[in-house]
Amino acid sequence: MSDLLAARSQMAVSLAFHIVFAVIGIAMPLLMVVAERRWQRTRDPIYLDLAKRWARGTAILFAVGAVSGTVLSFELGLLWPRFMELAGPIIGMPFSLEGFAFFTEAIFLGIYLYGWEKVSPRAHLLAGVLVAVSGAASGIFVVIANAWMNTPTGFILVDGKFASIDPIAAMLNPAAFPQALHMTLAAYVATGFGVAGIHAFILLKNRTSTFNRHALAIGLLVGAPAAVLQPLAGDIAARHVARHQPVKLAAMEALFDTRVGAPLTLGGWPDTDRRTTKLGIKIPYGLSLLAFHDPRAEVKGLDIVPRDEWPNVPLVHLSFQVMVALGTYLALVGVWAGWLAWRKRDVTAQRRFLWAVAIATPCGFIAVEAGWMATELGRQPWVIVGVLKTADAVTPMPGLIVTFTVFTLLYCGLGAVVTWLLYRQIVRTAHA
Amino acid sequence: MTLSLPDLLAGIILAALTAYVLLAGADFGGGVWDLLASGPPPRRARQRDLIAHAIGPVWEANHVWLILAVVLLFTCFPPAFARVAIALHVPLTLVLIGIVLRGSAFTFRSYGGDREEEKHWGQVFAVASLVTPILLGVAVGAVASGAAGEQGAGSGGQFYEAYVAPWLKPFPFAVGLFALACFAFLAAVYLTLEARDRDLQEDFRLRAIGAGVAVFVTAALGLLLSHQASFVGRGLVGAPWAVTLHVLTGGAAVTAFWALWTRRYRAARVAAAAQVTLILWGWGLAQYPYLLPPDLTIAAAAAPRVTLQLALGAVSVGAIVLFPSLYYLLRVFKRPSSAPPTTPPIPPR
Repeated sequence: MSDLLAARSQMAVSLAFHIVFAVIGIAMPLLMVVAERRWQRTRDPIYLDLAKRWARGTAILFAVGAVSGTVLSFELGLLWPRFMELAGPIIGMPFSLEGFAFFTEAIFLGIYLYGWEKVSPRAHLLAGVLVAVSGAASGIFVVIANAWMNTPTGFILVDGKFASIDPIAAMLNPAAFPQALHMTLAAYVATGFGVAGIHAFILLKNRTSTFNRHALAIGLLVGAPAAVLQPLAGDIAARHVARHQPVKLAAMEALFDTRVGAPLTLGGWPDTDRRTTKLGIKIPYGLSLLAFHDPRAEVKGLDIVPRDEWPNVPLVHLSFQVMVALGTYLALVGVWAGWLAWRKRDVTAQRRFLWAVAIATPCGFIAVEAGWMATELGRQPWVIVGVLKTADAVTPMPGLIVTFTVFTLLYCGLGAVVTWLLYRQIVRTAHA
Repeated sequence: MTLSLPDLLAGIILAALTAYVLLAGADFGGGVWDLLASGPPPRRARQRDLIAHAIGPVWEANHVWLILAVVLLFTCFPPAFARVAIALHVPLTLVLIGIVLRGSAFTFRSYGGDREEEKHWGQVFAVASLVTPILLGVAVGAVASGAAGEQGAGSGGQFYEAYVAPWLKPFPFAVGLFALACFAFLAAVYLTLEARDRDLQEDFRLRAIGAGVAVFVTAALGLLLSHQASFVGRGLVGAPWAVTLHVLTGGAAVTAFWALWTRRYRAARVAAAAQVTLILWGWGLAQYPYLLPPDLTIAAAAAPRVTLQLALGAVSVGAIVLFPSLYYLLRVFKRPSSAPPTTPPIPPR
């Protein structure tokens, strides 16, 4: 394994691990705040129990998210010093703001977790709201920094160095809004369905548990609307990518040649040597229609850049397809949930619906990982598109396979422990 | 010397590091006292409970100071960040592993199951709390001794020469031990105020005095070896402000000892914090105007002016949100005579 590949793998493992905790850290506080608010209104002790259980879960996840996030802030430099040296002054702004948002989150989470009997009920609920808001804000700031790597703006390039930099313009880069919207919704979808799915599964065995019904309802309340909105956000993102990141779109859609009236390829395995996609289903004009809302529009193919500037087409295509498929499934389940709620049906009597929700448990998280892989792998070989190649950003230190192995083992171990603790904290007792 | 914008931001980074040392440093120190808990088993358990209650609500917020310092460093002084990240890759990676293990083990212990499991995570937490400050100190000592200078910036060379030898020296390790002693000292002093009963107060008073002695011993060791960081060493001895600084630091140290001896714990807390702050700022002043001795100055490493202005703006706006929130957090949990914080147990279902 080359040092570059080891560095990329270590970054990938660190991000893949952290993103799960980040996503839950954004959405879980919302669930616990909803439960607490319902408790304050109804005095139904089950809601208080839920709020406390979810708070304990959040405590574990937030702690691991905080330390793995620290690792990432260092790894930016430890693995990619040339990137940070160049980009630091221009994308430091969202990172600084993220620092303060994270600070606010940590402070009020401390108050929420440990302050049940130390502050007034109103202040306690407000602390939870602040955790939810600052969690979402810190996620948005980090995504803005990532968006800049995809569509860098706010500078003039002079001899490979940035001149006349404008960090505000950099924050307002074209990818910032579509990416931040898509990612934030994804956090609510993944977490909402993750929680709802677990309780749906338990309800399949024990229909009468009020605890699990309440938990399912709050999980769906957070997850379902976001899942229904997500295809719209996805459309905004896709149309943005078509205009501003044509190579990435071409890789996601496995479109080798630029063409008018491009078809949409569902599934299939791209063969980069022969420049064709095997086994895929082609929907005529589909891609032009989706990407530009015009069946006759020209869609750029991979042929607009030399072969050595292609990302890994099969992986990007596969990740993208997985994300879209799972997102579609979740949106449909979301619509179903909305329909049942509108008709005021007792969801626990709908076994097929409960199964659909139970199956959705991991789907949002897999979609998040797949979507992140599509956007990150789709950017390669660039770390800053058009400015700096990933290979030129890596640290000169040799032997990175060692740190890659160490962090992989560390994160596997932590992941196993967290899963076990959450299972015991939330699920096992909920069976009772 | 006039204060330029880069100087101001370097000062803010040092202030963030100071806050990290005074707050998170004490949390690490708490872990050390967890490791060194002594006496009959019930007494040991009470010491550990006190430490866990003191750290629980605040450690994550305290930890963010480090992230803030790192983010400001790569925003405002990117070449310095890149150099440190290359030259000190190995110790910083070890610090990160320590941070991950310390934080997660502490949380796993708090939310763990039975006593046996708690003990297991407690050990991981305590050992990580002992090792991480040493490595942090090694990184600081390495910077002060010029390891992240031009020739030490990992430009080629064998792995050992370029990435290990620059920091694997007595002086950085002396600074590491010194950092550990300082953190343990701060923790013990703060814990005298957190303790609700006499016995525990006395336990931590004695620990504070012991750690205070360790601070002196390790400081002396560092001074003995300071020829390895001749650049900073000269500043600490020869600069016009040196005498004033040493007098102030010594004064704070003596005050802390006197206050501990006479059981004036509030005064001890102020004096201990002042002592450690003065030491940190002494380091900063000694290497001024260099960010990374012996060759990279604050001015040379600074990002373009517009970045610095925006960073200053972000810090100012952030401070408006941050300080009232922090004050509220500490008021809720660190008010004297309040009951220990609790996460109420979930009633069995």
